[in-house]
Amino acid sequence: MNRIADLGGTEGWGRVKTPTADEPVFAQEWESRAFALALLSMGRISGRNLDAFRHALERLGPDDYFKDGYYGRWLNAAELMLVESAILAPGAVEARTRRLRGEDVAEPAAPEPNKPDYAPTAAGSLRTVDEPPAFAVGEVVRARDTHPTGHTKLSSYLRGHRGVIEMVQPAALLPDTHALFLGENPQHVYTVSFDSRELWGADAEPFEVSAELYESYLEPVS
Amino acid sequence: MSETTPVARLPIELRTEALEQLLIERGLVDPSVMDKFIQTYETSVGPMNGAKVIAKAWTDPEYRARLLAGGTAAIAELGIKGPQGEHIVVVENTPQRHNVIVCTLCSCYPWPVLGLPPSWYKDPAYRARVVRAPRAVLAEMGLELPAETEIVVRDSSSEVRWLVLPERPAGTEDMSEDELAALVTRDAMVGVAKVKTP
Repeated sequence: MNRIADLGGTEGWGRVKTPTADEPVFAQEWESRAFALALLSMGRISGRNLDAFRHALERLGPDDYFKDGYYGRWLNAAELMLVESAILAPGAVEARTRRLRGEDVAEPAAPEPNKPDYAPTAAGSLRTVDEPPAFAVGEVVRARDTHPTGHTKLSSYLRGHRGVIEMVQPAALLPDTHALFLGENPQHVYTVSFDSRELWGADAEPFEVSAELYESYLEPVS
Repeated sequence: MSETTPVARLPIELRTEALEQLLIERGLVDPSVMDKFIQTYETSVGPMNGAKVIAKAWTDPEYRARLLAGGTAAIAELGIKGPQGEHIVVVENTPQRHNVIVCTLCSCYPWPVLGLPPSWYKDPAYRARVVRAPRAVLAEMGLELPAETEIVVRDSSSEVRWLVLPERPAGTEDMSEDELAALVTRDAMVGVAKVKTP
């Protein structure tokens, strides 16, 4: 399944926006509030499990993901996680919003929180792995042609394609399981370099794309 | 044929206010902590931090070598660190090889050195297209690269964060580190622009 956030190489988005030097950090005040609320709520739920937050973003519907913009989708994902952790009742935000604009609607009672049973083994995402890296710099590998239905950082445009290990990065916890509170499963991480013609066909303009891929995303090419 | 009337979406500004009220009432969020947090990212964490790193690398060859060998530690020497800067890799742009950074899956960005990402970086068009047609995307953004310059697109798909060390522009040999830092732009440190001669 290609999730809503898996945009690499997709068509239909029009021209890129032209950068402006004096762009404010937050275009509107609500964006700054949504930014802070999303990060602080994440701490309340999961001790900043960023992968779980990204997994929530990827489960939003297209309107909730795209129409409200970047910080809007942060707010929507935070609300989803707060409802799933039973910190907020379903419909609580909608009811309060309607009351704020003068509608006489009842608000649901606050539920009994049911947060994920989760504690990170260390701060951040970097971890140590006892086994040596399976792949070495310069080795040719293939990104596995898998189709996971949950969270993953293996973008669909890379799946099945051959690349070369460019750098071995510090080992890190695996987003695929960490996002679901199913364990850290630390793995070696590699910067893998792909030729554009391998990804996009012989007629593509020549360039390289690199991505950081976890060891289980890769297989050797013999 | 009947069609259902689409329900108007509740305005995001109002929903943000609603969530803030609910979390404050429950004692889960302190508005003064929110204010401080926002102020930090509006004033203290931004591309001026990355610009200091770049200007130092341009004027101090030993620092430059340390920066390219281990970005996180060299950046921390200047007191710059924080969320989204757990492991920063610095890559050098040259006339032969041009790096440009993206995060196709979300909008991962090296906050401690560049602050929060600008709107074009978060826009689906940039996320989708720069890994497919980088030369055309850069041209739309105002950067025409010579045909002989190799392009390397860095898709930030783990917690590794990338920072571009841009080329030092000609004619800046006599400038101080502070003067140089004032020339360095956010866009050049992402790789969608070059630093211009003043």
